[in-house]
This record gives sequence, structure tokens and C-alpha cells, in this order.
Amino acid sequence: MITLLYFARLREAFGLASEKLALPAAGSEGAATLEDVRAALATRGGAWAHELAAGRAFRAAVNQDIAGADTPVKDGDEVAFFPPVTGG
Amino acid sequence: MAVRVRVQSEDFDTGKEVAALRGGNPRIGAIVSFIGVVRDLNDGDSVAEMTLEHYPGMTEKSIEDIISQARGRWDMMDALVIHRIGTLKPLDQIVLVVVTSAHRGDAFAACEFIMDYLKTRAPFWKKEQTGTGARWVDARATDDAAAERWRR
Repeated sequence: MITLLYFARLREAFGLASEKLALPAAGSEGAATLEDVRAALATRGGAWAHELAAGRAFRAAVNQDIAGADTPVKDGDEVAFFPPVTGG
Repeated sequence: MAVRVRVQSEDFDTGKEVAALRGGNPRIGAIVSFIGVVRDLNDGDSVAEMTLEHYPGMTEKSIEDIISQARGRWDMMDALVIHRIGTLKPLDQIVLVVVTSAHRGDAFAACEFIMDYLKTRAPFWKKEQTGTGARWVDARATDDAAAERWRR
């Protein structure tokens, strides 16, 4: 299982702040990646498909470090999706 | 060498924070501070108040990482970052960055670097309450450009 966290606009769009999810199967050879997690969530349709569409402006982190599409994700990881940051 | 990062809903007193960071260290020759405050106008609309959300844990980790990057680039002694969360109104203080160094050049540069990176890397999000309702603030391309110019 992995822990998923959603923040700000994404949290509101999904109506969900966090959830547990079985680690998605790797889409290509090797370990599962952040892209596999994104793709699995996007198949839920609706706001999930819209907000997590490829090319949408969202960011992600794995274990609290900014991550890219090819960042590996393993069991027990904390994966967060959020909009570009606007602090300061 | 102290690194101080605080995320809090309470206001801060810059004078007290600077004195605490300075700590009577006679090797400090320069102290640069930046204070961000809430404006009453954004993108042409008046802002009544804003709410700041963050990602607990990652926020502190990302700011500590930004400070350690600054430390690798400039000759600085200590750094302090305080960022407020929760509901803030125009005129309220929102963020404080303080850097101490032997010399002003390093202190100025490190302070600006920390602030530019904080704007684009630290997981905070602002939601504004305007006359036409609540809206999430969009990230600015100018902030990305400000952070980008430090790349090398």
C-alpha cells in the first residue's frame, strides 16, 4: 500500500485529503513510478482525469521530495499531488 | 550553526527574532531580513483575507534543504525562516527570512536566494477571499523566472 495526499485545489476537486492505495503495477519494465500512480488515479475519471491529465499544471512529491514522472514508487511510500506552490 | 525553520499561525516580532538569531555572536557583520506582507489587491481584485495551507513535514524539509543549498553557495552563518499559515488579512506579516553573515554581500544574496526558492519550492498554497468569492492563487511565471536565474 502507498499513502496518497492531496492539497489545495486538488484536495477540493477530489473531495479527499488522503487515502491508501495498493501500489499500481509498473506500466513498463522495472519498478512502479510516479507516472504509474498518476495514470491509475486518472482512470477514475471526472475530476481525477481532469486534474491529473498529462500536461496539467500539477506537482507531485514522493516521501516529501519533489518528484518527476519517472521517480520510483515502492510499497509504504507517501505520494502527494498538489498545484504549483504559491507561498511567500 | 543553527538552522531555524518555523511554520506557525501566530505573528512574529522581527526585532526579537533577529536578536535571538544573532545571539551575541561578534563575528556577525551583516544581517539581512526580508518580510513578506499581505497586499489588499491581487490581479486587479481587492482581497479581504487569505488562507494559507501547507504540507506539514515537507514544508520544513524543503525549506531546510533550500537553506543548506544557500549555505553551500555563500559564506553565511545562520538563517531563520518563519512562514505563517491559516487566515491572514491585508497588512499582516506572512513570511520572515533572516540571514547572518560576516559580510553584507553574502547575506543579501543568500536571503534573496532563500526567498526566491521558497516561492517556487516550498509547499504552501494561498486561497484568496475576494468580492466575487474564494479562489486559489495561481503560481506566477515571474516567480519561476526569479528562481531560475540562480541555476548554474
